[in-house]
Amino acid sequence: MSVIGKILTLVRGSAREIGESVVDANATRIYEQEIVDARNAIMKAKSELTGVMAKEMQSAREIERLRKEMIRLENLAVEALDKGEDALAEEVAGKVAACEAELEEQSRAHANYALQVGKLKELIKAAEGKVREHEREVAMARTTESVYRATRSISDNIGATGSKLVSARESLERIKRRHEDLADRMAAAEALDKETSTRGLEQRLAEAGIGGDAERRRATMERIRARQAAAHKDA
Amino acid sequence: MKSLQEQIAGLDDVLSARLGGTAVSLQPIPGSVPVIQVVIGGREELPIFITASETQVLCICYLWSDEEVRADKRAELLETLLALNPSIPLSAFGRIDKRFVLFGALASDARVEDVAQDVIALSDNALDALEALSAYLV
Repeated sequence: MSVIGKILTLVRGSAREIGESVVDANATRIYEQEIVDARNAIMKAKSELTGVMAKEMQSAREIERLRKEMIRLENLAVEALDKGEDALAEEVAGKVAACEAELEEQSRAHANYALQVGKLKELIKAAEGKVREHEREVAMARTTESVYRATRSISDNIGATGSKLVSARESLERIKRRHEDLADRMAAAEALDKETSTRGLEQRLAEAGIGGDAERRRATMERIRARQAAAHKDA
Repeated sequence: MKSLQEQIAGLDDVLSARLGGTAVSLQPIPGSVPVIQVVIGGREELPIFITASETQVLCICYLWSDEEVRADKRAELLETLLALNPSIPLSAFGRIDKRFVLFGALASDARVEDVAQDVIALSDNALDALEALSAYLV
């Protein structure tokens, strides 16, 4: 089963159960041990691989050397034959044959090393895949558990402090109301600001004898003088 | 490994500065895993909870519970949330223990500035989501 598949099974179970046992302590220990083992296997395989690859290169060099040596010896044998030195040619031929035997052996060893290199590389790839899979598994299980435990702490804390989780709708309304209050307060402050600055202007106008109050005073004064004049006339 | 509290030390100041001086408070929640509650002034109803495991730092905002979802609109809501997920910057919808959440996940070595950015995005997104999706709620 895939890692996510396993987590899915856990998440479908009851939450309480998850909080307590997403990570079966034993299973985790087994996974962790497997990770350690796989890592060790990788390290061992890698050092082995370097050794085998070195031998592979050595045997390749040796093969090259033997091939050259055979050509050299064969040339010498031909020369000996040309000069009628049959016994010497025979002796050289013996060495060529020995070289050939050694070459065969080295070629077999070389093929064998190449095979081992391939196998070790496969092994390392497989072990690394396993480590990755187990690590993902442990990490996911731990993360799931951590999240559910955190949720439990949060719920418990909300219960303990007496505060209650309010409904989403209510939360939204409260936040919006607060926001509107703030907006209202800001609008009110702005209006007040404008009003005071307007009043200030009117005051300055009045002081200069312009506008409502100054006009009214003049009109009233005129009325009074008119009344006084009328009274004098009657008298 | 640093504790969560050490990792996000000064988060309240960073948040407050980025929110134009809004009051921000941090409160550790007792329990078996590290959890720190972040309350942003004016949004007290939508606290953000930060928790850390060895693989990630999670910022979670609880949106609503299963019971708050209108039964006749549940399937539609779920599809809508899935469809919205890729478009919401930094946050994704999820469900933990019968509660719908909006969350942001950060690498376990996230800096306090990264966490602050995620918390602000989460708070804005959560408020936005509540408003946009309230038609699905009772």
